[in-house]
Amino acid sequence: MNFPILSAIILIPLIGALFILANRGEQKTVIKSSKYVAIFSSSANFFLAMVLWYYFDKSTSEFQFVEEKNWIEGFINFQLGVDGISILFILLTTFIAPICIFSGSQSIRFKVKEFFIAILVMETLMLGVFCSLDLVIFYLFFEGGLIPMFLIIGIWGGPKRVYSAFKFFLFTLLGSVLMLIAIISIYWIAGTTDIIKLLDIRIPQEYQYLLWLAFFSSFAVKLPMWPFHTWLPDAHVEAPTAGSVILAAILLKMAGYGFIRFSLGMFPLASDYFTPLIFALSVIAIIYTSLVALMQEDMKKLIAYSSVAHMGFVTIGIFSLTKQGLEGSIIQMLSHGLISAALFLCVGVVYDRLHSRMISSYGGLVNVMPKYAVVFMIFTLAALGLPGTSGFVGEFLVLVGVFQVNIFVAVTASLGIILAAAYMLWLYKRVIFGKIASSEIKEMKDLNIIEIYIFTSLVFLIIFFGVYPDPLFNTIDISINNLIDDYKTNLNFYLTTESN
Amino acid sequence: MQTIIYILPELFLSLAIIFLLMLGVFIKKSFKLINLLTILSLIFAIALILNQSNEIIKIFNESYIIDHLSIFMKTLTLLFCFFVLLSSSDYIKSNNIDKIEYPVIVLTSTLGMMIMISSYDLIVFYLGLELQSLSLYILASFKRDDEKSTEAGLKYFVLNALASGLLLYGCSLIYGFTGSTNFEIISINLNEANAGAIFGIVFVIVGLAFKISAVPFHMWTPDVYEGAPTSVTSFFALVPKVAAITVFIRFMYVPFLNVFSQWQTIIVFLSIASMILGAVSAIGQTNIKRLMAYSSIGHMGYALAGLATGTNGGIHSTIIYLTIYLVMNLGAFACIFMMKRENVYYENIDELSGLSKNHPMMALSFLIILFSLAGIPPLAGFFAKFYIFMSVIEAEMYTLAVIGLLTTVISAFYYLRVIKIIYFDKPKESFQKDYNWGLKISLILSSLLILTYFAYPSILIDTISSIIIN
Repeated sequence: MNFPILSAIILIPLIGALFILANRGEQKTVIKSSKYVAIFSSSANFFLAMVLWYYFDKSTSEFQFVEEKNWIEGFINFQLGVDGISILFILLTTFIAPICIFSGSQSIRFKVKEFFIAILVMETLMLGVFCSLDLVIFYLFFEGGLIPMFLIIGIWGGPKRVYSAFKFFLFTLLGSVLMLIAIISIYWIAGTTDIIKLLDIRIPQEYQYLLWLAFFSSFAVKLPMWPFHTWLPDAHVEAPTAGSVILAAILLKMAGYGFIRFSLGMFPLASDYFTPLIFALSVIAIIYTSLVALMQEDMKKLIAYSSVAHMGFVTIGIFSLTKQGLEGSIIQMLSHGLISAALFLCVGVVYDRLHSRMISSYGGLVNVMPKYAVVFMIFTLAALGLPGTSGFVGEFLVLVGVFQVNIFVAVTASLGIILAAAYMLWLYKRVIFGKIASSEIKEMKDLNIIEIYIFTSLVFLIIFFGVYPDPLFNTIDISINNLIDDYKTNLNFYLTTESN
Repeated sequence: MQTIIYILPELFLSLAIIFLLMLGVFIKKSFKLINLLTILSLIFAIALILNQSNEIIKIFNESYIIDHLSIFMKTLTLLFCFFVLLSSSDYIKSNNIDKIEYPVIVLTSTLGMMIMISSYDLIVFYLGLELQSLSLYILASFKRDDEKSTEAGLKYFVLNALASGLLLYGCSLIYGFTGSTNFEIISINLNEANAGAIFGIVFVIVGLAFKISAVPFHMWTPDVYEGAPTSVTSFFALVPKVAAITVFIRFMYVPFLNVFSQWQTIIVFLSIASMILGAVSAIGQTNIKRLMAYSSIGHMGYALAGLATGTNGGIHSTIIYLTIYLVMNLGAFACIFMMKRENVYYENIDELSGLSKNHPMMALSFLIILFSLAGIPPLAGFFAKFYIFMSVIEAEMYTLAVIGLLTTVISAFYYLRVIKIIYFDKPKESFQKDYNWGLKISLILSSLLILTYFAYPSILIDTISSIIIN
C-alpha cells in the first residue's frame, strides 16, 4: 500500500485543529462548528486507525507501513512505522481522543474552541510518539506533548490548577532532559538515531548503565513509578475530566511503551542488571499507593493513586521478560487505558452535576441515577480485575509471568489486587449506596444520551477484551516473541564477552 | 580601485549616514522621511552584501576579511536592524524620541558592527567596536529628559568604557608579545609558552564578555535594558549580539586557536555561570524588559557553550543558536511593543494578565515564542539547544551538557510564569489594537518561523555549512 497512512493519521487531528483555529464569527456558531470539526476529524482518525489494523500483517515482527523522509541531511531521517506493539497504542489513542472531545463538549464552558484545538494537537503529538522510528523524532513528540497538556490543566483545571500544571511540566521536563543527553550520546556512540538500526547495534557495555538510567529517569517520571509519582495525583485532581482521561489513558502509556521499545531493545545488559531495582520500586508502588488510595477523600485522587498501582503491574510484567509477563503488561496498559478513562469520566459526570469531588458529599446515588450506578459498577469491577473484564486478563498474565521469575514479587503484587478490591468497592459503596446525602443529590439527573453512548462503547470494549482478548494477542504475539529472542541473544552475547 | 568593490556595502552605509544627517538638518520635522530612507538603505545594503562573491578575500594589508562568516553575519545584522526599526516606529513616535538623529545613529552603530564583523586586525577591530559602542551609549540615553534612560546611558557608558579599556590593554599586550596586530601573524607567533600574550588573551576575553554580557560581566545588562527606551532595548537585545558573537568566534578560532586549551576553561566558566545566573535571576523579575535581559544572559551562555567546544561543528551550532535567538527575541519584543493602552507603554509583566481573552492571536504568538525560548520541542528554540548540545557532547564535555540542560528546566519556570499570567489569570483591560503593519509582520513572521522550523530544519544548516574558519 503506497498511501502514507501513518502520516495521515498523525496529520488529520492537526489539520482539524487548524480548521478550528481559522474558524471565526459569532461565538455560538463557532463553538458548534468547532465541535463538529473536532468530532469529525478525531472519529475519522479512529476509522483510519482501524483500516491500519485491518491491513496490518500479523505474521511478521518487522516494522510496517514504514515511511521515510530526509529530514536533516545525513543526520536524521523522518521515519515512521508500526509493529505489533505500537499499533495497539495507536488504536487506543485514536479511540480515546473522540471520547475526550465528547466529554469536553459536555463539561467545558469557556474557551471551548481552544479546548478542542489543544486536544487535537495533543492527539497528533501522542500518535507521533507511537509511530516514530527515530529517537530524535520520538523525543520531539514525547516532549511536545507537555505544551498542550500544560495548557489543558492550567486553563480548564480546578482551583489549584496553576500549581499542578507547573509541577507536571517541570517534573516531566526534568526527567526528559536527561533522556535528551542520552539520545545525543547514542548518536555519537552508534552513529545513528534510527531505531530500527539501533535495535541491531550492540551498544558497548560501559555506556549501557548510564544510558539506561537516563532513559529510566524520563520514563519513571512519566509512568510514574514510586517515588517519582507525586505530580500525578495533583495533575489528575486539577485537570478537567478530558485532561485526566488523556493523562491516565495515554500519556502514562508512553512511558511503558518506552520501556519496552528502548530499555529492553537497546540496553539488554543494563535492563538485566537493574531488574531488581524495577521490581523493588514497582512492588512498593503497588502496596504503598494502594494503601494511600484507601485513605483518599477525593475520588479523583483515589483513582490517580490506583493508576500508580496499576502501572506497577505493568513494569513488573515488562521486566519479568517472560512472554506472559510482557503480553500481560501490554494488555494491562490497554485495559487500564480504557478503565481509568471510564472511571475519570464517571467522576466527571457527577462532578459536572454537583461540582464536588469529595466522596463524603455523595451517597445514595443509586436512587437518583440508576443507569450511572450500573456503569460505574462495571468499571469498578473491571478496575479490581474481576474475571470477564479486560483488567483480569492483564493482571493475571503479569502475575503468571512474574511467578516464573520471582515468587516473592508475584506474591506481594497479588496483595495489590486484594487492596484494589478494597478501595474500589469501598469507594463504590460510599458513593452509590447508603442514604441520600443531601437535597442537591435528589435533583441530579441520570446519564444523558451522549454520556450513555460514551459509556456503552467503553463497557463493550472492556467486556469484549475480557472475554475474548484474542485479537490483541494475535497482533502482539510475533513482535513480543521476537523482542524476547533478541533480548536473550543480546544478553548472552554481552555476558559471554564479559566472562571472557 | 579593485578593493573598493569589496567594501561597497560599508561605503554605501557611510555615505547614507552623511546624506541622511544633512537631509535631516535642512528639512524640518523630517523624522518620518529619514526613518523610511534608513530602512530602505538597510535593504539596499543587504542586497549589496548578498551580491558579494563567495570566495574568501582579504584586503587592506590583510586587515579586513570578507568570507562566508562575515557575509552571513552582516546579513543577519542588517536584517534584524531593519526589523527592529520597522517594529519600533510606533513606540518612537508616541514617546517623543522621533528625532532625526535616532535612525542615523542606529545606522552608525550598524556600520561599526559591520566593521567589527569583517575585521582581521586588532586595530580595525577596535575602530569598529568604538564606533558601535559610542553610538549605542547615545541610543541608551536617547530619552534624555527621562531619569531612567539617562541613568542607563551613563551606566552603559562607564562600564563599557571600562571594558573597552581592558580590551585595548589586552590588545596591546598581544601586540607586544607577538609583534603584530594581524590575526594570522598573531596566530603563528602565539604558543603556550608565550605567557604575556596569554595574559593579553584573558583581558580580551573579559572585554568581549562585557560586550555580550556574559556572567560575571553582566551587571550593566538588566539596568540598561530596563532604563533605555524599549525601542533601544529591542535593538540592544538583537543586533549587537551578532557582531559580538562573530568577533568572539573570529578571535578564538583565528589568532588564539593555538592556545585553545588555555582559553577553553574560561569560556566554559563564562558559559556555565551565564546559564545558571540567567535562569535563576530571571525568576523574581516583574519587569518584562528586565526579564528579557536575564533571559538574554542565559541565552548567551548557551551560545558560548557551542564556542567552548573548539570544533567547526561547535561554531555552526553557535551560529544556528544565534539566528534562532534573534528570531525569537524579535517576536518577544514585538509583543512588548504591543503592550500599550492610550499611548502609554506598560512594562510590568502583570499587565499581560489574561491576555488570551482579549487578544487571542497575540497571546498565541507570545505562547509559541515563550515555549520556544524555553526550548520545548517541536519549536525552533529546541533545535537551537539541540545543536549546541550535539556539539558539546561530541566534544565529550558532559558536565557542561548536564548543567546546561538542567538550567533549561529552571529557565522553563520563568517562561511558564509569563505564560501562566497570559493564559491562566483574570483578564485586565485590553490593549490598544492599532499596531502598525511593521509590528504585525515582525510578530507573525517570528512566530511562524518558530512554529514551522521543524518541518525544514536543514535549510538553516545548509546555509551556514559553508562557513569554515581555519
